[in-house]
Amino acid sequence: MLRKIFVAAVFVIGAAQPLLADNAVDPQADFKAFREYFTKRFPKVQLNDFVNGPYSMDEGLRKQWQQIEEFPPYEFAVEHGKEAFAKPFKNGKTLGDCFPNKGVGIRQNYPYFDTKSGEVITLELALNQCLEANGEKPLSYTSQDMAALTAYMAFTSRGKPFDIKIPNDPRALAAYRSGEEYFYTRRGQLNFSCASCHVQNPGGHIRTEVLAPALGILNAMPIYRSAWENMGTITRRFQTCNSQVRGVPLPGQDVLYRNVEYYLSYMGNGLPISGPGARP
Amino acid sequence: MRTRALIRLAVILSVAGLTTAALAASADDFKAALAKAEAANKQAGALKNQWTTTKDALKAAKKAADGGKFDEAVAHANQAEALAKASIAQAEAEKTAWTAAVVR
Repeated sequence: MLRKIFVAAVFVIGAAQPLLADNAVDPQADFKAFREYFTKRFPKVQLNDFVNGPYSMDEGLRKQWQQIEEFPPYEFAVEHGKEAFAKPFKNGKTLGDCFPNKGVGIRQNYPYFDTKSGEVITLELALNQCLEANGEKPLSYTSQDMAALTAYMAFTSRGKPFDIKIPNDPRALAAYRSGEEYFYTRRGQLNFSCASCHVQNPGGHIRTEVLAPALGILNAMPIYRSAWENMGTITRRFQTCNSQVRGVPLPGQDVLYRNVEYYLSYMGNGLPISGPGARP
Repeated sequence: MRTRALIRLAVILSVAGLTTAALAASADDFKAALAKAEAANKQAGALKNQWTTTKDALKAAKKAADGGKFDEAVAHANQAEALAKASIAQAEAEKTAWTAAVVR
C-alpha cells in the first residue's frame, strides 16, 4: 500500500513540475534565452547593431539608411522637443522639473515599475503626468508633440544602455508577465502576435517591409517613418501593429501597452539607446 | 373561363407575395441580429480582442438598415456576430496557447 502511495506521489510531483516551470516568472532566464535566440540565429550581426532594426538584417536598406542619416529626418523633432521641454508652464516650472537630472540622459531608465502606484510608468505617461500635475493639458500619445519630446529625451541618452529594472515585487513580476503574454498572444483576424513578425520572422518581408528583430526594437524609438512622413511614438507603433493584423488598437497607454513596453525594454537591456530612429 | 384564370393568377400572386414577405427581413429582424452582434463584440472588447473587420461589418449593417435594406443589414450583422465570436474564441484559446511560442 505504502509503495503504491509513493509511486502515485512521485507521478503527481513529476507531472506538476513542467506546469510549475511554465508558470514561474523568471525575467533573467527569459532575457538570456531571448538574447541567445537572436545571436545564434543571426551570428553575423553585431550585438549592438540589433538596435538598428531592419538595417541590421538587410545590406541594401542599410546603405539607404546611411545616406538618410546624413540629413536625419527626425532632426526637426529633436529641436522642437528641446524647445518644448524648456518652455515654462503657466506656473513657471518646466518639464525638466519633473524628471531626474532635468530629464537629460535618462531615457534608458524608462519604463520603470512604480512601487507606489503598483504600475508601469513609461516615458510617454510620465510626460503627461508631469503636464497634468502642473495644470497643463496632456498630449495625445500619438501626436507629433509627444514624439518630439521623447525624441529629444532619447537623443540625450544616445549610446547609454537600456537599464530596465524589475524590482522583487510580485506586482512588478505580474506586470512583466502580462507584457510577455501580450507579446506572444495572437490577435486580430490575421491571427498574428508581435512575436510572429519580430521573433519568428525578423529579416523576412511583409510586402516591401523588412521585419525588424524584437531584440533592441524599442531602443530606436521614437522613429521617423518614411511611410508616415512624420514621427511615431511607441504608442503609435503598437496601435499600428494591432490594426495591421486587423485588431482594434487599445487606447493610448493602456495597461497592456505599458506592460508589453516594460517586457520588451527589459529584453533590450544592455543595448544602447539609438533613438530617435529613421525607418522606411 | 376567363374569371377562373384570373382567380388562379390572383391565388398564385398572393402565395408568392406571402412567401416573399416571409423571406424579406424586417427592421425588427435587423434589430435582433444587431443586438446579438453587438453583445458578442462587447464580450470581445472585455477580452481586449476586438477585430477591425467586426467593426466594419457592424458599420455596414447600420448603413444598410438606414437605407431600408434590411436583408443586407441582417446579413452584415450576422457576419459581424460570426467575426466577434471568432475573436472571442481566439482570445480564449490564446490564454494558454501563447506560452508555446515563448523563446526558451
